[in-house]
Amino acid sequence: MANFNLNINGKKLQVDVDPTTPMLWVLRDHLNLVGTKYGCGIAQCGACTIHLDGAAMRSCQLPVSAVGEQAITTIEGLSENGDHPVQKAWVEHDVPQCGYCQAGQIMSAAALLKNNADPSDAEIDAAMNGNICRCGTYLRIKAAIKTAANG
Amino acid sequence: MTFIKTTHNRRSFLRSTALAGGGMLLGFNFFAACRPESESAELSMPEEWSEINAYLKIGENGLVTIMSPNPEGGQNIKTSMPMIVAEELDVDWKNVIVEQAPLNTDAFTRQFIGGSQAIRRGWESLRTAGASARYMLRAAAAEAWNVPVGEVSTEAGVLHHRASGKSAGYGEMAAAAAAIPVPEEVELKERKDFRIIGTSRKNVDGKKIVTGQPLFGIDYQREGMLIAMITHPPAFGMKLSAIDDSEARTMPGIRDIFPIKTFKEDYARQYFDTCTFMDLVAIVGDSTWEVMQAKKALKVEWEPIADSSYTRSRGDSQEVIPIPAGLENTDDHHAKMAEMASGTVNVRRKDGDPEAAFKNAAKVIERTYSAPFLAHNCMEPMNFFAHVTADKAELAGPLQKPEYTEKTLSERIGMPLENIDIQMTRLGGGYGRRSYAHWLVEAALISQKVEAPVKLIYTREDDMTSGIYRPTYQATYRAALDADNKLIAFHVRAGGIPESPLYPDRFPAGAVDHYLAEDWSIDSNITVGSFRAPRSNFIAGAEQSFLDEVAEAAGKDPIEFRLELLERAQTDPVGERNDYEADRYAGVLELLRDKLAAAPEQPDVHRGVAAYFCHNSYAAQALDITVENGKPTIQKVCSAVDCGIVVNPDAAVNMGEGAIVDGIGCAMYGAQTFKDGVAEKNNFDSYRMIRMAEAPKEIDVHFVENDIDPTGLGEPLFPPVIGALANALYRATGKRHYQQPFLGAEQVLG
Repeated sequence: MANFNLNINGKKLQVDVDPTTPMLWVLRDHLNLVGTKYGCGIAQCGACTIHLDGAAMRSCQLPVSAVGEQAITTIEGLSENGDHPVQKAWVEHDVPQCGYCQAGQIMSAAALLKNNADPSDAEIDAAMNGNICRCGTYLRIKAAIKTAANG
Repeated sequence: MTFIKTTHNRRSFLRSTALAGGGMLLGFNFFAACRPESESAELSMPEEWSEINAYLKIGENGLVTIMSPNPEGGQNIKTSMPMIVAEELDVDWKNVIVEQAPLNTDAFTRQFIGGSQAIRRGWESLRTAGASARYMLRAAAAEAWNVPVGEVSTEAGVLHHRASGKSAGYGEMAAAAAAIPVPEEVELKERKDFRIIGTSRKNVDGKKIVTGQPLFGIDYQREGMLIAMITHPPAFGMKLSAIDDSEARTMPGIRDIFPIKTFKEDYARQYFDTCTFMDLVAIVGDSTWEVMQAKKALKVEWEPIADSSYTRSRGDSQEVIPIPAGLENTDDHHAKMAEMASGTVNVRRKDGDPEAAFKNAAKVIERTYSAPFLAHNCMEPMNFFAHVTADKAELAGPLQKPEYTEKTLSERIGMPLENIDIQMTRLGGGYGRRSYAHWLVEAALISQKVEAPVKLIYTREDDMTSGIYRPTYQATYRAALDADNKLIAFHVRAGGIPESPLYPDRFPAGAVDHYLAEDWSIDSNITVGSFRAPRSNFIAGAEQSFLDEVAEAAGKDPIEFRLELLERAQTDPVGERNDYEADRYAGVLELLRDKLAAAPEQPDVHRGVAAYFCHNSYAAQALDITVENGKPTIQKVCSAVDCGIVVNPDAAVNMGEGAIVDGIGCAMYGAQTFKDGVAEKNNFDSYRMIRMAEAPKEIDVHFVENDIDPTGLGEPLFPPVIGALANALYRATGKRHYQQPFLGAEQVLG
């Protein structure tokens, strides 16, 4: 066990955990930030996507000991009132079915748009390839990303 | 005007009130977070609620809370079921907030999801709940104003007495309405008067989903809660022999490691008590990561099972389910299925003289289709919270059939139903998998043993490798054409491991003079269960691919070929137990034909068509493929659906889009395979799921407009798209696909 000082959603938070613990479980079990989801544990589904210094990152593969000073943003901290353009577009298009993968989808989409304000279809496909939606809401996800890009 | 007998009585409403209060004990903070705040621009949360019936309560300011009775698994019923209540209550939707109802089978109808039946089977009781509440509000106003109740009308949450000019909001009359006797009969709205049903309303949980609020079972937290995981046998056909937990037990954060027995040996199982492994090893600790590490370190010895069987009830009858010993292999399955298909089979339907017709045919076509086992792969792995003490059991989590599972748990832990409280969280997908809630029982047994609140979580590997799968299937079709290319005989011989996919009385039964349907099955120790559109999820694609080949051999357009057969089924049906309505079946094909004709023609498009009836609804689809750089690309799927009245159109379209993407994904890539009893695909690196770039670029879903009460929608769009896909691939590539997954093993492994 070791103490880690983390910068999460703009707040300084401290946890005392095994250094190998992935951020996914630090967030979920120790900080009660359960919006970040467990889907596969091997970086294949994207449900656990967070931002590490603004870049999309699979939190199931990120040990807490590797985070250091880097800023973490989770779905809970993406915006103050759920009004990030991507979140607004998701509501406008009524994207979710079961909703379980959507936090990860939104975090991947927000990271994409941060670097590429007007992505092409192929660029969206490439950026979102790591996020599985078992319900099959891909068309709405893509439409919402385009709305957010143009909004 | 429709009058309907109310099935609710005061007693059940009062009972539900008491239970709703009891439910507050469980995870108050968690469920408070799940509960929507008023997003109404005009109304804040009221100080006082008056419960009119189990489905709804009204605040003094007119805000209405409607309980959504069934679990929400992504079909959006948490929005559409309350819409039906709101419609009959005659209230403005913006003044409605929705809560997940407690499990209370006295007060609510059929609180489970499966078979595309939630809206269909809830339709009448949801309408009655709204209509009887509206009557009680009118009666309260009539008493207050001293006028006949017949003179009191309503309009969007306001009561009016036109003659005197009196009016009052629902909130003002709510307390008095709660004391009015429940009417024995109420009047329901006519369809032309619907103001909410048939209009698109946004997902009531949408904002919470996109902001990452805790809604799912796996998000459940409780003070002092421990985390549990299970070590399952590594292969089907194996069972627990010995546990060596000497190392794992000493690892940090580990509280206990012990065996559990899901069901007792002599337990007579209910239908949804399918369970792969009886003897499991539970690992309990403080945090998920610590438990995962101990699970890896735990040493367990396994041994082969012997032949056995269990009894399971199905309705009023009992069936014996054999569990043969052995370590099974996919390759052996294929060989066994081929052998069974040429052996003795069960005749399920026979019309005319098929043998003679085939003998005298001008042309006979025979094709065999197959599909593998499929894992459900809900994105939220199986999990459940349990806190079992000496006198009560509190449970919370995602499941499809809580009322059955509650009975199972009651038997297993010997606790009366009234001491068991199951709270329904949102499901991170179900697709049939969460009908089989053995993990709820497992969580309860673990909590009982460690005397603490526990959340049981399956790892993805546990979820994917320990069953319960869509069976593997095979079907051989034969068609006989006469010299005029008329279909004179049709023969299907279908089977599977461990069950048959055959629906003997479905189309084209009833449309062909000489018809034979046969089936077979092979026992297996691999556990199976419902998977989105059970049986149809294979047989539709096989049948519709075959009909495409028959139409081609007959030189006919695929839509016109089907319509000719359906014309026969309408005007001069063969046999008497055809279980589809030929006119509605033809209706979706005609609507599809019209929509295709109206769309601008696209160059170089290869189109496959299919249509199917299942779950009381009809769907026809055209799937367009173009070939780009030698690679087939799905451009568009156009669908026509008859599911009766559509409650929430945009949400219905969303579900249709999802079913189509899911169907294409399963047919192209989906497979669970076995080697020496081991499920070979254990995570998403080996089990290939459809991803964004592989989904169609465009999907249209068109609904037949009619006044038929809602039938079903979660499943009917899934099965036929597999046929449409196979037929389009053939037109694009010249190759017919007979075996799923259509993309070969090399490509599946990527």
